[in-house]
Amino acid sequence: MPSLDARSQSFSALLLARTLRDPRSRVALVVLSVVVLAALFAPVLAPYDPSAQLDIVRLKSLAPSLAHPFGTDPYSRDVLSRVLYGARVSLSIAFAAVALSVSFGVLVGVVAGYVGGVVDAVLMRLVDAALAIPRLLLIIAVVALWGSVSVTALTILIAGVTWFAVSRLVRAETLTVRDRDYVVAARALGVSPWRIVLRHVLPNVVGPGIVSATLAVGSVILLEAGLSYLGIGVRPPTASWGSIIQDGAERVSDLWWLTVFPGLAIVITVFACNALGDALRDALDPRQLPLSVSEEFAQKT
Amino acid sequence: MTEPLLALDDLHTYFYTDNGVARAVDGVSFTVNAGETVGVVGESGCGKSVTALSILRLVRPPGRIEPESQIRFEGKDLMKLDERAMQQVRGNRIAMVFQEPMTALNPVFTVGDQIAEVARIHAGMSRRAAWQKAVEMLAAVGMPAPEQRASEYPHQLSGGMRQRVVIAMALVMNPALIIADEPTTALDVTIQAQILELLADLTKRLGTAVLLITHDLGVVAENCARVIVMYAGEVVEEADTSTLFSHAHHPYTEGLLGAMPRVGGEAERLATIPGTVPPPTAWPTGCRFRDRCRYAWDRCEREHPPLYQLEGQHVSRCHLAEEPERRAHPHPPLAAELGAA
Repeated sequence: MPSLDARSQSFSALLLARTLRDPRSRVALVVLSVVVLAALFAPVLAPYDPSAQLDIVRLKSLAPSLAHPFGTDPYSRDVLSRVLYGARVSLSIAFAAVALSVSFGVLVGVVAGYVGGVVDAVLMRLVDAALAIPRLLLIIAVVALWGSVSVTALTILIAGVTWFAVSRLVRAETLTVRDRDYVVAARALGVSPWRIVLRHVLPNVVGPGIVSATLAVGSVILLEAGLSYLGIGVRPPTASWGSIIQDGAERVSDLWWLTVFPGLAIVITVFACNALGDALRDALDPRQLPLSVSEEFAQKT
Repeated sequence: MTEPLLALDDLHTYFYTDNGVARAVDGVSFTVNAGETVGVVGESGCGKSVTALSILRLVRPPGRIEPESQIRFEGKDLMKLDERAMQQVRGNRIAMVFQEPMTALNPVFTVGDQIAEVARIHAGMSRRAAWQKAVEMLAAVGMPAPEQRASEYPHQLSGGMRQRVVIAMALVMNPALIIADEPTTALDVTIQAQILELLADLTKRLGTAVLLITHDLGVVAENCARVIVMYAGEVVEEADTSTLFSHAHHPYTEGLLGAMPRVGGEAERLATIPGTVPPPTAWPTGCRFRDRCRYAWDRCEREHPPLYQLEGQHVSRCHLAEEPERRAHPHPPLAAELGAA
C-alpha cells in the first residue's frame, strides 16, 4: 500500500505541514528567524557598544549615514547597535513572559476544567475579577509599590497579568475534551486521574494554548514597549525597543530616526507573530482539515 | 449454585439536575454468570448506558449511584471499594468497549501506545514489553500487519479497524467481564458482523463474560444466551433468548420485536411503538409504559407492576401476568391517540 506511508504522520507533523503550506506563515517564520538571529548575534552584528557615548560633541544626533545606518541619539550612541541589543531585551522578556504565562494559564485552565465543581468556580471567578482590571493599570500599580523593577521582575509581572486569558481558553477546551469518549474510555480502563490529565487531556488542549501564545508574543512586546515608554519598564542605560522610543519621543519632529527604527522593529515582529498565530489557528481549525484526514473518514466508512 | 460473576441488586443511579432528579436507573437487578453473554436491550434513554457506567462507577456529578445499590463482582461489593481499588478493577477485571470507535481513541497517540498503556498500568510492564503485548493483541484481533498498524494514529485507521483496536485494549488484561456498549452501532452492517464475530470468538476462547448493550434485537438473537429488556430505568422483562423471541410477555418487548425488519416478510411499513420514552425526571405513576401500551387498563395507572415470575427464569413487569385474558383486547394506546389528535 503506497498510500500508507504518505498518511503515516503524527498529528503534530500534520499540523506543522499544514501551517507551512500557508504562505503567511512562511513569510512570518522567515521574518521572525531574522529578528531572533539578529538578537542572538547582536554582539557580532552591532557596529558599536550600545551604551557607549562615542563622542558626545561631534557624533550626537546624527541623521542616518553609512557610518551610522540608523543615526545616533543625543548622547552620541549608535541607534542600530541599540536596536540590535534592544531586540535581545525585548524578545527575551516577550518569550520568557509568554512561556511563563502560557504554562501557568494551561495548568490553571486544565485543573479548573477537569476537576470542575468548587475548584473551577473559585478559580474562574478570580480570573474574571483579574480580567476586569486593565493589565497596564495592574502593572503600573505594582511597579509604583516597588519603585523600580529588574528585567526578571518585569517578565514575571507581565506573565502574571497575561495568563488569565490563556486559562479561560484552555478551561473551555478542557471542558469539551473531558467528556470525549477517549477520556471516559481511559477512565474505564483504570487510568489514574493524573495520568488522564497529563496524557489524554493536556495534549488535546495545548493547540489553542500554542496559538494564543504566538499571538501573545506580539502583544507582550507591545506591552513591554509601552511600559518602557512610560518609563516604568526597562531602565536606562539598558536598551529595549520601548526604551529607545522613549529616549527619542520628545524629539520626533527633528530626530525621527530615534523612534522610527525601533518602532519599525516592533511593528515587523508583532506583525510576524500575529501572522504566524493566525496561520496556526487556521491549521488547527477542524473545518479546514485537508482530505488526508476528514474526508478520508467519509470515503472509507 | 455458584455465585454469579456480577450481581446488580437494586441499582439506582440518579442525576440531580436543575430540572429535578432524573432517575435514569431506578432499581435494576440482574446477574451475569462467568463466561456468559447477556444482552441488554431497550430504546435510547431507557438507562442501558448509565447502567453500564454505574457498574464501573464512572458516573460523574451531577449523577450519583444511590447508596442502597449493590454491585457485587467476583465476591466484592464494588460500591465499597475506594477509588484506587476501583481503578484496579477497571480495565483489569472489567473492561468496556465503547460505541463510537472514532472518538474512543485519543487522536494524539498511536494505537499501539494506547493498548500498551493498559498493560503498563495494570501489569506494570516495561515500555518495550508493553509494546510487544500491544502488537500481539492487534494480531489477536485480526489486524493485518500489526507491527506497522501499532505505530499508526487513530485517524489513519478505518472505523472497523479502530473498533478492533478498542477490543484489543479491552482484552489486554484478560478481564472476567467485558461491557460492550453498542459496540457496532457506528459501523457498516458488514463490518458489524465481523466485529461481533470477533468479539464472540475471542470471549468464548478466553472465557470472558460479556454484557452486550444494544438496541438491535438481531444482534441479541445471534450472540446472547439471555436477554434483559430495559424500559424507563427498570428491567421490564428477562428471559433466555429463545423464550424471549418465541414467548415475549411484556408489551414493550412485543413492540420491539414487532419493530424488527424480517427477511422475507411482507413489504409493508415497519411497525413502531407510538410515543417516546418519558423524561427520566418524571416517570409516570403506575406502569411506566402504560401510555404507549395497547393493553393498558385502569390497574396500570394505579399500581406499579412488580417483576412477575413466569415460567422458569422468565420474568416480566406487566400486570398481564395476573390478568392474561386482557391480551385478547388490544386498543390504540394513549400516545397514539395523542399523536393523531
